[in-house]
Amino acid sequence: MKSAATARRDAGPPIFKRQLPLFVTAGIFVALFLTAAHFYEGFFSARVFISLLSENAFLGIAAVGMTLVIFSGGIDLSVGAVIGFTSICTATLIEKHQLAPELAWTLALAAGAGLGAGMGSLIHFFRLPPFLITLAGMFLARGAGFWISTDSIGINHALYGKISAYEWLFGTAAIPAGALFLITVLLAGYAVAHHTRFGRTLLAIGGNEQSALLMGLPIGPAKISVYAVNGFCAALAGIVATLYTGSGNPGMGLGLELDAIASVVIGGTLLTGGRGHMLGTLLGVLIFGTIQAAILFDGRLSSWWMRIVVGALLLVFILLQRFFLRRK
Amino acid sequence: MKAKSPVIWPLLGLAALVLLNAVHDLGFLKITLLDGHLYGVPIDILTQGSRTMLVALGMTLVIATGGVDLSVGSVVAIAGAVCAVLLQGGHSLALTLAAALGAGLLAGSANGLLVARLGVQPIVATLILMVAGRGLAQLIVDGQVIIIKSPAFEYLANGFLLGLPVAPLLVVALYLATHLALRRTALGLFIEAVGDNETASRFAGLAAARIKALAYIFCGAGAGLAGVLAAANIRAADAYRAGENMELDAIFAVVVGGTALTGGRFSILGTAVGALLIQTLTTTMYNLGVPPAIAPVPKALLIIGVTLLQSDKIGRWLGGLWPKREAA
Repeated sequence: MKSAATARRDAGPPIFKRQLPLFVTAGIFVALFLTAAHFYEGFFSARVFISLLSENAFLGIAAVGMTLVIFSGGIDLSVGAVIGFTSICTATLIEKHQLAPELAWTLALAAGAGLGAGMGSLIHFFRLPPFLITLAGMFLARGAGFWISTDSIGINHALYGKISAYEWLFGTAAIPAGALFLITVLLAGYAVAHHTRFGRTLLAIGGNEQSALLMGLPIGPAKISVYAVNGFCAALAGIVATLYTGSGNPGMGLGLELDAIASVVIGGTLLTGGRGHMLGTLLGVLIFGTIQAAILFDGRLSSWWMRIVVGALLLVFILLQRFFLRRK
Repeated sequence: MKAKSPVIWPLLGLAALVLLNAVHDLGFLKITLLDGHLYGVPIDILTQGSRTMLVALGMTLVIATGGVDLSVGSVVAIAGAVCAVLLQGGHSLALTLAAALGAGLLAGSANGLLVARLGVQPIVATLILMVAGRGLAQLIVDGQVIIIKSPAFEYLANGFLLGLPVAPLLVVALYLATHLALRRTALGLFIEAVGDNETASRFAGLAAARIKALAYIFCGAGAGLAGVLAAANIRAADAYRAGENMELDAIFAVVVGGTALTGGRFSILGTAVGALLIQTLTTTMYNLGVPPAIAPVPKALLIIGVTLLQSDKIGRWLGGLWPKREAA
C-alpha cells in the first residue's frame, strides 16, 4: 500500500485530472438536481434527497457489486433476475415454510453468492465470455424464480413490519431502513474497492489480465470471488426489495441489470475495466434517481423519457471515456 | 468440434428434439393441406421462427467481426412502432416498409459508427440503443398498443404463397442471397479476416472499419425487417413487448450454429439451423406443458452446454478421450 501511495505521488497526475470523470459526474448530478429544484417546487429538500437513496436502494446495492465486476473487465447481466429469485425465495421460505427471516436471508444470500461463484468459475476456467454466461445465469435465475411461484407473495412477519417502519433520525431528517442499507453497502464497497488487496487486484485484472498474471496476482480466485460478491450483492438487493415492498415477486428487477450498468458507467467507471471509482457509482445512482424523481414530479412527462435520457447520458459518458483513452 | 461441418451438431440437436416431440405426440410431424395452404406444427415453427432467423442472420455477421449487437430487440420494437403509426396515418404500404427498413438501417448505422469509427466496445455501444431504443419506440406510439388494420401488411407474416407461408419464404430467400453475396465473393472472407485479427486485416489492405460498420448496418436492417414481421404477425405494434429477449435468442442461434463468439468464422447455414433449434425448443416446451415463465431454463442449460463444448479446454479434454477411436 505504501509503495503504491508513493508511486502515485511521484508519477501520477494530480487528483483533479485523474478523477476528472468523477468530477464531471458530480457536476452533472448537481446541475440536474438544481435544474429540477428550479422547475419543481419542493424538490430541493432533504426529504427528496433521502428518497433518492431509499427509492433506489436495491438498484444502488446491485450497482455496487456491478462496479466491482466491471473493475475486473467483466460484466454481469444476471443481477436483475437474481433479485427476482431471492425476493420470491425469501418470501416463500418465510410465509410457506415458516422459516425465521434471518435464516431465509442467509439461505438467499448463499444462493446468490453460489450462483455468482458458479458463473465466475465457468468464466475463469473455460475462458467463456462473461456476458454470455451471465445471460444464461439470468435465464436460470428468472426461470427458477417463476418455478417457485408465478404470483407475488406478501410477507406478514413481525420483523418485516418493524424494519420497514424503522427510521433513523439524523437531525430533522428521518432516514428509512432502505437508505441505511444502501449507505452501509456503499461504504463497504468503497472500502473493498479502494482499500483492499482484492480491489487492487480487480483493477489490475481489468487493466491488463496478462500483466496481472505475470505480476503473480491471484487472477482465478479474484475473478471467481468478484462474481460471487456480485451475486451476494444482488441477493441482498433482492432482500431489501422484499423489505421495501413487503412481498416477494419473481418478476422483480426486470431489466435492472441495464440500469445498474448504466449507473456504473455514468459514474465514470470504464466499461473495459481497470479504472473507476465506487463514489462515481453512488453519483450514477443519484443521477438515475434524480431523473426518475423529476419525471414523477413533473407528471406530464411519460415514463419512457427515463429510458431515452438514460440512453443519452450513457452515450455522452461513453464518448467521454473514449476521448480520455485516446488522449492517453 | 473436429467434424467436417459445424452444422452437424445443431442438426443433431434439432433431430433429437423433433424425435422427442414425435415420441411424445405423433401428430407433431403431421402437415395437412387445407384450402391449398400447408398447416401443421413444423410449418408453425418455420413461421414463428422466421423472425429469430432474420435477426440471427445479421447477428451472425456482427459476431463474425468479433462484435455483438444487443440492440436488435429494441430495433424490432422501433420498426413495429414506425409501421403502426404510418399505417394508421393512412400512408401506403411501400412507404411504411421503406420507413421501417430505414429505421433499422439508421439504428445499425448508429451502432456501426460507435463501434467502427469511434472504437467503442460493441457490448457497450449497442447497450445504448438497447436502453434508449425501447423508450424511443414507446415515444413513437405514445405508449399505446396500436392495432394495425391492413390485410396487405398482415399478409407479410401470416399469408401464403403457392400454399407455402410467406414469412419463411422471404427469410429463406434472404439467407440464400446473403450466402451467395458472402461466399461467392470475397466479402465473407473479409468479414472473417476482420473478426480474426483486425489489425492484421487492416495491414493487409482491408477497410476494416468499413466492413465492421457494414455488418452492423446489415444487422440493423434485418432487425427492422423482423420488426415488420413481428408487428404483422400480431397485427399490432407493442412497444413494450415486441422483440423482448430477441437479442438473446438471436445470439443463442448464432452460437449454437457453430459461429465462434470470438469472431473470425461464421456459418450462415448453422445459424439457420440454430434458429430453428431455438424455436423448436420453445414449441416443444409449449407442447410438453412447461409454463412459459420457466421456458428460459432449458435454453440457459443448452447455451451453457454448447459454449462449454466450444471452449478450447473441453475440446482438449475430449481430444484426449477419443484420439484413437477417431483414427480407427
